[in-house]
Amino acid sequence: MNYYFQILTVIMINSILAVSLNLVSGYTGQLSLGHATFMGLGAYAATLFTLKLHLPFLASIILGATVAAFFGFVIGVPTLRLKGDYLAIATLGFGEIMKNILLNLQITGGPMGLRGIPKVTNIYVATAALILVIFSLNRIMNSRVGKSFIAIREDELAAEAMGINTTRFKILAFIIGAFYAGMAGGLYAFLFRYINPKDFGFMKSIEILCMVVLGGMGNTYGAVLGAFIITVLPELLRSVSPVIAQYRMVLYGLLLVIMMIVKPQGIISGSSLSNRIKRKKLLEKGGQ
Amino acid sequence: MELLEGNNLTMVFGGLSALNSVDIKINKGEVLSVIGPNGAGKTTLFNLLTGVYSPTKGRICFRKREIKNLKPYEITKMGIARTFQNIRLFGEMSVLDNVIIGQHCRTRTGVFGAIFKTPAVRKEESLVREKAMDVLEFVGLDDVHEERAKNLPYGKQRRLEMARALATDPELILLDEPAAGMNPQETNELIELIEKLNNMGKTVLLIEHDMKLVMGISQRIMVLDYGKKIADGTPEEVKNDEKVIKAYLGDGSHKEGRAC
Amino acid sequence: MDIIPSIDFALWKGMDSKMFIEQIINGLTLGSTYSLIALGYTMVYGILELINFAHSEIYMIGAFLGLVMVSVYKLPFIAALLVSMAGSCLLGITIEKAAYKPLRRANRIAPLISAIGVSIFLQNAVLMLAGPQARPFPTGFNVTNLNLGSLRISSLQLIILLVSIVLMVGLHFLIQRTKLGQAMRATAQDKETAQLMGIKIDQVISFTFAIGSALGGAAGVLVGVYFDSVDPMMGFFPGLKGFVAAVLGGIGSIPGAMLGGLILGLVEMLGAVYMSRYKDAIAFAVLIFILLLKPTGLLGRKVQEKV
Repeated sequence: MNYYFQILTVIMINSILAVSLNLVSGYTGQLSLGHATFMGLGAYAATLFTLKLHLPFLASIILGATVAAFFGFVIGVPTLRLKGDYLAIATLGFGEIMKNILLNLQITGGPMGLRGIPKVTNIYVATAALILVIFSLNRIMNSRVGKSFIAIREDELAAEAMGINTTRFKILAFIIGAFYAGMAGGLYAFLFRYINPKDFGFMKSIEILCMVVLGGMGNTYGAVLGAFIITVLPELLRSVSPVIAQYRMVLYGLLLVIMMIVKPQGIISGSSLSNRIKRKKLLEKGGQ
Repeated sequence: MELLEGNNLTMVFGGLSALNSVDIKINKGEVLSVIGPNGAGKTTLFNLLTGVYSPTKGRICFRKREIKNLKPYEITKMGIARTFQNIRLFGEMSVLDNVIIGQHCRTRTGVFGAIFKTPAVRKEESLVREKAMDVLEFVGLDDVHEERAKNLPYGKQRRLEMARALATDPELILLDEPAAGMNPQETNELIELIEKLNNMGKTVLLIEHDMKLVMGISQRIMVLDYGKKIADGTPEEVKNDEKVIKAYLGDGSHKEGRAC
Repeated sequence: MDIIPSIDFALWKGMDSKMFIEQIINGLTLGSTYSLIALGYTMVYGILELINFAHSEIYMIGAFLGLVMVSVYKLPFIAALLVSMAGSCLLGITIEKAAYKPLRRANRIAPLISAIGVSIFLQNAVLMLAGPQARPFPTGFNVTNLNLGSLRISSLQLIILLVSIVLMVGLHFLIQRTKLGQAMRATAQDKETAQLMGIKIDQVISFTFAIGSALGGAAGVLVGVYFDSVDPMMGFFPGLKGFVAAVLGGIGSIPGAMLGGLILGLVEMLGAVYMSRYKDAIAFAVLIFILLLKPTGLLGRKVQEKV
């Protein structure tokens, strides 16, 4: 039973990560290959707040997320001037630099990472966090701010012509995404009780991106679905039979390719679901 | 009274000058058209006035303020809005949301306001929605406000671009070939719309190929050729200008130009 | 061996000119392998605008192929290199046909994920077949140090530089002087127009993957020999850095990829002297710095958006 709760908790944490990357890449259209960086920053900061300053769990998580958001700003200001693949590579670069720094600092424990973190995260905390994230994100997306994000994705030049300070709003999306990812990182640290710079490297960033793309870019619930599949799939392959368990990662790679070929827009494609919801709301508000 | 004045505007792209010391003056409340053959520099002029490019030389004043080095979004906030030659709507968004985005620079809801939905935010949202519906009604798109922008027929997409520009509350509105690709009926409706805009007190700067449209509604016409201004005057004056006839109307379209 | 720099070089804070020159030679050697990898990325990107993440696995498999040829089939080094290049070629073409071609009309991101899937697949397949341990790469020839005056160059470094130069000159000739190269250049500029001119796009794309993969496989063999070590995870960092080199030089530009690789190798080796622990970060710091100064890379074309 414990095992299932653990998996469910990981699904919640991964969902937060996927939803937050979806904000940056799916809604705002800024491809990031370094999202795990912010998760790592949040994880390390939250852990250090608890281990060194003995702050309570909740405060550590929130402060950790704030630290991640701050770095989202610091990294976002220079990189968001770049477009498309160049932006993706710059975010990747920052991720590797951050990992290198974490590996070499004394306070982060270097390659040994940090141990002895209290186990506080459980399924309830993680679920509550995910609900809060989705709730606040939905509010943002239905507001002036969220509409500006989508406008930037749809046509950056036209968005600017409509009076949107596109640089500022791209950075804002980055900061919010980093905050959520940092929060997920904190939850992760307090679940596994041990963190290491390698947990937050390029492969993790890629994993998060796969969740978003698999579920369907630009759709919060798609991101959650993607997180579910990507988390459960390897476990499922492991549990079917020990032979398959050996081939688990090979199959994982293969399945990614097949899923892209079968459904390149992701499972819940584009904005179909959120649009339907929006439309319903519009109708409820009456025909003005 | 002049609303916008550009002096000696020059734009050089990699050694080629797309625009060569052009002066432009737009008076408050008028409809001014810019015409000229393809590649004459009309769209470049638009891009300078809206901050997409910064001119190589020259100055631009809007309401007596230098705007040469402002970003496009800052210029929009000051009261200049535009449409695009190749339609650039937010395709995946609803018609209504496209117009709501237009009010971005006149509203202020931030992240925290959005999350906590404060009374001020609620009020702003309902005002924005009301105004967006008003603008849609003005251009005749209120019945399709739920449709996704990319699903609209071509003529309506052009109207939506105008609605979106109008929603920014501009004093000066720049229309880049609004009649391109339209059938005669749609063009007539467009003329009515531009007249309605003008009657509301909006100043209009128009780039257009359709001579009928230009001659009908412009108070003044400016002609560009190879990046230079070759004429500037009333439709009557421009129509009879030797240089214009030679450069622009040429032989084939000459008759058509005379006809209107 | 002085070709593994990070440990001993940290002690040499005061480099004299001899060490400096040796370090430059080390940098050029490493850089030329980055250039070879970068060429594969840049050629594919130039034509498909795809970051071919599986390229680092082609590099790794190329190294393994070379190793098998040398140790199992006892082929001489050059023959092993050629077989490895041919094998990488086939692998590259197969990957393109299986994982990218069906996605040519999809959005930008689906092929990227597909490439990542291929990369995970190949890496783990080799991991299962060969095990995680690193294997030595016996070359069959003696590594000697050549003394040029007071300078020391290992014969291995000379071979690596020589092979890289031969391959790059060959590529340059192929692209500038042959009909296929002309077709590749035309396709990179404008796919549709090239098609209208009667160029068979599919063929050109396969060919691009073939060449890029052969160069990647060659780089794998050279690096395997250089560090005397081959393992299934060896592609990750060189793959990333090869890509960084391609972006640094201006992605899509072939001279850019060559230049980017050399710069990256030099900067890394010289930087390693002063801050060896941050060796991997240096490459990315340089990348970000260059991108901010010149967002399209050193030799990249600037594309003005049409309004």
